[in-house]
Amino acid sequence: MLVHYLPLIIMIAIGAIFGLTNIIMAEILGPKRSTRAKLSTYESGMEPVKSARERFTVKFYLVAMMFILFDIEVVFMYPWAVQFKSLGMYGFTAMILFMVLLFSGYLYVVKKGALKWD
Amino acid sequence: MDMHVLLFALFAVGAVASAVLTVTRRNPVASAMSLVAHFFMLSGLYLTLEAQFVAAVQVLVYAGAIMVLVVFVVMLLNLGNEHRLQERSSLRSVMGTLIAALFAVQVIITLLAHPTGMNAMSPQALTIGTTESIGQTLFTTYLFPFEAVSLLLLAALIGSVILAKRHVK
Amino acid sequence: MGIDLFGSLPLVVIWLALGGVGIVIQAFVRDNTRLVFGYYISTLIATGVLAALTFGHTGLTFDGMVTMGGSGAFFDILFCVTGILTMLAARPYLQREDSEIDEFYTLLVSAVSGMMLMAHANNLVVLFVGVELMSISFYVMAGFFRKSIRSIEAALKYFLLGAFATGFLVYGMALVYGSTNALDYATITSVVRAGTTPFPMLLAAGVTLMAVGLCFKIAAFPFHQWAPDVYQGSPTVVSAFMSTAGKAAAFSAFIPAFTMLMPVGAGASYVMNMQLALAVIAAVTMLVGNISAVAQSNVKRMLAFSSVAHAGYLLMGIVSGTAAGHQAIVFYLTAYTFMQLGAFVIVSILERENDGHLEFSDYAGLSKTHPVLAFLMAMFMFSLAGIPPFAGFFGKYMLFIAAIDSGFTWLTIIAVVSSVISVYFYLGLVVKMYFSDPVGEGHATNPGTAALTLGVAAAFTVLLGVLPSVLQSMFTAFH
Repeated sequence: MLVHYLPLIIMIAIGAIFGLTNIIMAEILGPKRSTRAKLSTYESGMEPVKSARERFTVKFYLVAMMFILFDIEVVFMYPWAVQFKSLGMYGFTAMILFMVLLFSGYLYVVKKGALKWD
Repeated sequence: MDMHVLLFALFAVGAVASAVLTVTRRNPVASAMSLVAHFFMLSGLYLTLEAQFVAAVQVLVYAGAIMVLVVFVVMLLNLGNEHRLQERSSLRSVMGTLIAALFAVQVIITLLAHPTGMNAMSPQALTIGTTESIGQTLFTTYLFPFEAVSLLLLAALIGSVILAKRHVK
Repeated sequence: MGIDLFGSLPLVVIWLALGGVGIVIQAFVRDNTRLVFGYYISTLIATGVLAALTFGHTGLTFDGMVTMGGSGAFFDILFCVTGILTMLAARPYLQREDSEIDEFYTLLVSAVSGMMLMAHANNLVVLFVGVELMSISFYVMAGFFRKSIRSIEAALKYFLLGAFATGFLVYGMALVYGSTNALDYATITSVVRAGTTPFPMLLAAGVTLMAVGLCFKIAAFPFHQWAPDVYQGSPTVVSAFMSTAGKAAAFSAFIPAFTMLMPVGAGASYVMNMQLALAVIAAVTMLVGNISAVAQSNVKRMLAFSSVAHAGYLLMGIVSGTAAGHQAIVFYLTAYTFMQLGAFVIVSILERENDGHLEFSDYAGLSKTHPVLAFLMAMFMFSLAGIPPFAGFFGKYMLFIAAIDSGFTWLTIIAVVSSVISVYFYLGLVVKMYFSDPVGEGHATNPGTAALTLGVAAAFTVLLGVLPSVLQSMFTAFH
């Protein structure tokens, strides 16, 4: 079975080698003549005023949290989709029930304005 | 067989290396990126153990969603001064290392004293880890816990909205 | 597919009522807390009634995933009643604290549904989902006062330690699965009893880890250290709910899991050691809980340590491993639920914003300013201390007998000694209320619907002490 994943592994390996080679080659071959202007942060010609590290708002966290929850929902659909034909109507009903609950959760989230960026 | 062992060893070394990087990096973002690498290595380990579905889920959920959350939280906390995170008391780290080493020795001795006699994968392992067989079991035998999980996700959803939303109305 | 619809009704109804209907109502109805409150109260009532109807209808359903009727249904009723009583006490309390949000009731009901899964679990996967559902709801409820630093601290501590404990539990389950090749209780029981596992060491390690995870949930030594901080920081009604229904749920899972994993007298090699280890945990838990409680000046912390000590008493039934021991646990849990809930609710009525009015000294002369509350509090304290004729006495008696019958006389002696220690601080509060003069002028209290909770809790505390056979007769239906 593992053989089926060989193309995937080869592709990941090629991707990694390609990326790493580019970075390392640039590091080795590229000329390094740094000036003060070159080293400063690129802000379209403006003077950088403060650290780029700013505290994110908690809204990002909320969105990420919902992404995880609905992502897990999708993970459950994956084996269901693979076995869709053999599970038939029975599996379909089971999935619909599951989806109804998650959809009511989605309705709740939208109605409460949890996705609004106010 | 040999191919399996070789790949397993490769992924195992990669997993340990990236785990070490995760806990030793001072920059939290670099740490998080090492964690991504670690998750991919784990996924590879699962593949060599013929747990295909778990490998896919590992990439989808952990390397995907969980990592997004981790990076967001790193930025939310805004851990600017990494040097301040350095462990002050060296005594504590020495004690921790000692206890960990002791535990490792204990595990190794116990495992050597009680060999399990298992050195090959069960033939069942080839079939039970596939997405097909998991789909079949999940929607027949394990239907009840599957439906119960929807409530679990719902509770987590409400909980996160309550805790993170400024004005719940 | 092996589904017995009638027997599964309590579980299915609470699942649909919460996820299918309740959430949609909350999505579309705004500023109508009364409706949401009423809806969830009726959900719990309906679930409790269905559980009572299916009590005699025992068996397995959903392909052997969950049990029906019997002890599961009994615990359903207990959880629903505790949930209803907590909601009634929570409404006036949250309104007073000006933080009543509909979702409080949603999370409470989802915690109840998690507990029901734990009590009905006949498969480790269901047990895990139940534990998580209950715990996630608790984590959020503990941090419900988002402006209070103590509440946030409680939520964070509970979450971090709780997630860690769940890790132990899952790892234990994985090892049990690895050594028995089964997740359902029946198969594991037969493998453990026959001793046919090829990896007895892994099995013993798995059982130990599961015991660690469950001991965290019941707050037993040395996994009890979260309890005082969490119970003190959480909103008082949440502490009341967590320390009663939460503990009952953990024991409702502990009993079947350890009937299966720790078959006393069936010849599994680790059982004696496991029994001894749990006995030591029980003994230290009682002593640590009671001795620490003596040193407290905050009533909520005192009640938290008292709940730790009670986990120790209840563990005696698990140690004995006999049916009589398990019945004693169920009896004492029921009694404990009412008296502990009552005590916490009185604290919530007397509490004032910013953690005010929570010290022992604030209770001085309560018999003069609030005679009824003082009387009820004294009753709950007597019952918690195990003084007859209240319910606490009889439950302790049953537990002691069960421990002696299985050869743990030394444990019983320690239990008696620690009960004597506990009398000191339980009665200390009573003495403070009755024989000290009030400091400053008493403030007016308005218990609202919490009065109903107190009435029911007091009634059961007396009833179970005077007529214990009412509850005992139900145990014959357990299997």
